[in-house]
Amino acid sequence: MRKLLFTLLLAASAASAQVQEAPLVQANPELEKRVMALSEELRCLVCQNQTLADSHAELAMDLKQQVREKLASGMSDKDVVDYMVERYGDFVMYRPPMKGTTFLLWFGPFVLLVGGILVLVRKLSRRQVNQADLPDNELKRAASLLDGANETKDKA
Amino acid sequence: MKRFLLPLGIFVGLLIFLGIGLRLNPREIPSPFIGKPAPAFKLTQLHQPDKTISPQDMAGQVWILNVWASWCVSCRAEHPYLMDFAKANVVPVIGLNYKDGRMDGIKWLQDFGNPYTTSAFDNDGRVGIDYGVYGVPETFVIDKSGVIRMKYTGPLTPEAIATKLMPLIKELKSA
Repeated sequence: MRKLLFTLLLAASAASAQVQEAPLVQANPELEKRVMALSEELRCLVCQNQTLADSHAELAMDLKQQVREKLASGMSDKDVVDYMVERYGDFVMYRPPMKGTTFLLWFGPFVLLVGGILVLVRKLSRRQVNQADLPDNELKRAASLLDGANETKDKA
Repeated sequence: MKRFLLPLGIFVGLLIFLGIGLRLNPREIPSPFIGKPAPAFKLTQLHQPDKTISPQDMAGQVWILNVWASWCVSCRAEHPYLMDFAKANVVPVIGLNYKDGRMDGIKWLQDFGNPYTTSAFDNDGRVGIDYGVYGVPETFVIDKSGVIRMKYTGPLTPEAIATKLMPLIKELKSA
């Protein structure tokens, strides 16, 4: 009898737990999808390297709820992002916008890469020139030294 | 000797950048509100639920909006300095009791002292979001025409009050 009661209780609690969980998603899966997609584009201000979608910080939850409400009230994705930027600045966008002040952020690495390649190319070409410039007798001396080195190695 | 100069120069440059990076505070996000009118709100007062408070009530004077909560540990840290500041009676300090329980907020002020002229009760944090609050405590300096002139994120320190808040407040008051 006790066991039966316990089982019933357990089943009831499981059912009630489901009742609590279900409506959010079932209410409007289309909306929920948009909320999630948009949350991926917004930064959690508390845990700064996470998106709103990844974060469970309380502020992130609140902001997600705001996004949900704004979308439900008929605002477009862009309107919601603008709403967030108005309050939290560009920082709230997970991908920084491309504009004058972020030029270095976006293209700095490529500038460094190109600069590095240029330096490397110059160095390498200079090294080749240096080799070609050696006078004949020096080259011969180097060759004989190398031969000697090889012979001693063979012996050893 | 000369061939070491370039790598050394690059190394020193890198050190300088890293040094600056270490000293920056990543929690300090430039607020888009500076120079913009303080967002309007109408909230009940913490101590008197039947009365409301709104930024319009403060029009014509320079004032401070300090976001706090009884659950906020850093608010405890800044609290004594805020008390001193309030005692000096420079400008009114309005509190925004952010995502707190009314009783919890009132008890906190009872226990530690109340530096606020009035506290607005922002139970669901909506007004906080309108002000771009992301880390309590936060402090806003608002001028006579209701424009936000400065935002300070994190617990106030005596240095911050002396070097950042006071000069601005003086300037705004005489304006």
